Amino acid sequence: MAAPLVAIEGLTVDFSAGSRAVDGVDLQVAPGEALGIVGESGSGKSVTWLAALGLLPAKARIGGSVTLDGQELVGAPRRTLEAVRGKRIAMIFQDPSSCLNPVHRIGWQLGEALALHRGLDRRAATAESLRLFDQVGIADARRRLDDFPHQLSGGLNQRVMIAMALAGLPDLLVADEPTTALDATIQAQILALLGGIRRDTGMAMVLISHDLGVVSENVDRVAVMYAGRLVEEAPGADLFAAARHPYTQGLLAALPELTGPRRRLVAIPGTVPEPGNMPTGCRFAPRCPIADPQCAIAAPPSRRVGPMHRANCHRTIDAGGSVWALPKAAE
Amino acid sequence: MSALLEAIDLRREYVVRSKRGPFGAKSVLRAVDGVSFTIAPGRTLGLVGESGCGKSTTGKLALGLIPATSGEVRCEDAPMPPPGSAAWRALRQRLQMVYQDPLGALDRRLPIGRQIAEPLAIHGIGAAAEQRERAFSAMRDVGLQSHQFDRYPHELSGGQRQRVVLARALITEPRLLVCDEPISALDVSIQAQVVNLLLDLQDRLGIAYLFISHDLRVVRQVSHEVAVMYLGRIVEQGEAESLFAAPAHPYTRALVSAIPTTGPKRERLLLQGDPPNPVDVPTGCAFHTRCPFATEQCRRETPVLKPLGLSNDLDRRVACHRVHEPALQVAA
Repeated sequence: MAAPLVAIEGLTVDFSAGSRAVDGVDLQVAPGEALGIVGESGSGKSVTWLAALGLLPAKARIGGSVTLDGQELVGAPRRTLEAVRGKRIAMIFQDPSSCLNPVHRIGWQLGEALALHRGLDRRAATAESLRLFDQVGIADARRRLDDFPHQLSGGLNQRVMIAMALAGLPDLLVADEPTTALDATIQAQILALLGGIRRDTGMAMVLISHDLGVVSENVDRVAVMYAGRLVEEAPGADLFAAARHPYTQGLLAALPELTGPRRRLVAIPGTVPEPGNMPTGCRFAPRCPIADPQCAIAAPPSRRVGPMHRANCHRTIDAGGSVWALPKAAE
Repeated sequence: MSALLEAIDLRREYVVRSKRGPFGAKSVLRAVDGVSFTIAPGRTLGLVGESGCGKSTTGKLALGLIPATSGEVRCEDAPMPPPGSAAWRALRQRLQMVYQDPLGALDRRLPIGRQIAEPLAIHGIGAAAEQRERAFSAMRDVGLQSHQFDRYPHELSGGQRQRVVLARALITEPRLLVCDEPISALDVSIQAQVVNLLLDLQDRLGIAYLFISHDLRVVRQVSHEVAVMYLGRIVEQGEAESLFAAPAHPYTRALVSAIPTTGPKRERLLLQGDPPNPVDVPTGCAFHTRCPFATEQCRRETPVLKPLGLSNDLDRRVACHRVHEPALQVAA
């Protein structure tokens, strides 16, 4: 890989003693690349990126390193972070209406972002706002600038958020569950829009989602997280065709199909461990059908299992086979 | 086969102010606008649609939890007694409801075992010892362990809480469970556990489900028959696998094609714009403003749900003027 745009090394996040939300995550994002982060609630997929941008509350202790073009962000002074946030790395969230200020017109809010990141005056900001609204597919842009967030639908508000994120011409957009609150047909519109913007601008994107389908269709490379650790990382096609980590295989088998014969779903037994009560060794071991004694003792190494394909597992799993098809995995 | 529950031309209207302020003009929001369906014993009808299409309202109307503006619900060939009456309350033992948010549906200050047994106390079934025994049995049915009887809701995980809600609904041995987004608040791996549980319970106890969800994958997994709603009306209805394999209504096709998949990429019918405001439903076919195939007739006349005449799905019915047009023929 060429020099990464963002490199995360050994990132740890502790909220209180003994409760580690992110435990040694290594990730890289190349310029222009789309990386998907998949995981269930509590996997640390959002916290990783909030920590990288210094957006966590002060009680969170962050260790490791996050660099943007070689510049360290962990523990960086406020001034450095402010030049990065929104400008070089922008972020959009799940619920657009709670991210917008309800008492200001959206044109004013967009103008504020343009003044802050690009130093545009009011006239130039209005012209740029119209261009951004056009870029994110908001029809009748001039009239919409005078609307308040509550006058717009969820899909339109998310378009406004994307326009605000694009205001600083960022190198990387971190989209944290950007379509989870939206209806299926609107989700398809927003994802198509993000894809189109990436093609036009060459912006890199990190797409954080619990929805394997959403990630599969919109990124080049996928990282799967479980209980604060990375468990598997691979190009999208490889991951969905031949996942090698038992957790990833379980997630894929738990998803009902939309075509073909209906089969009984694989249900990963048990639940995600609680933050204060993580198992020692491999954190997936208590739910894993092929766990052996060593899995409970030592954290699994990150092993290369294919070109650009890494899995963090003690056991060696053959490509193409699913551990959930073994007799032991049957409930 | 006689129907367990039959809904005939259900309508529910709300009067809302279309302009802001106390003197704003009033207008009528038709949340549910002429919905009919039947559910046979031990079968599942899936109800899908986007937010605001009236699917949850339909579920509540089916149980009489909110009064219908017009229309009728029949249960086992008898009209449903007036909601609130003693006969209706007795009937409700056999028709139960499960909601999306299990924490919101549970009392945080009551041990879960007591909550599971509570319907028995409400309906005056059995003595205290028997109620306790049946609560243990219902907990076993849904995969909870007996030592969890005295736990409080906050001590359980999301999946376990949804099991508690299910156990409480099942304890009166209902014939029909209306499930309103029962797994939407759960993680993927836990969703599969609850879906499998619902299917097992149906196999074992012969319960029928009205399964309301926006998640097409899950609806296909659990349903025998599926009805697709758009702005208060059913626009397409048919056998689950056939409907998802070959949707006929342009809205169903857009909805199915909008579902992201991990498999090979499919052709996507991307709709323009947002769903219209339910207070101001377009004339004619409500979908014509977003439909790529709409004609003048669609703007004028409201299409009715008619049999499509598919050889492999005789029950398929579609409300669309254009469904027989060549451009809309299902690619084999």
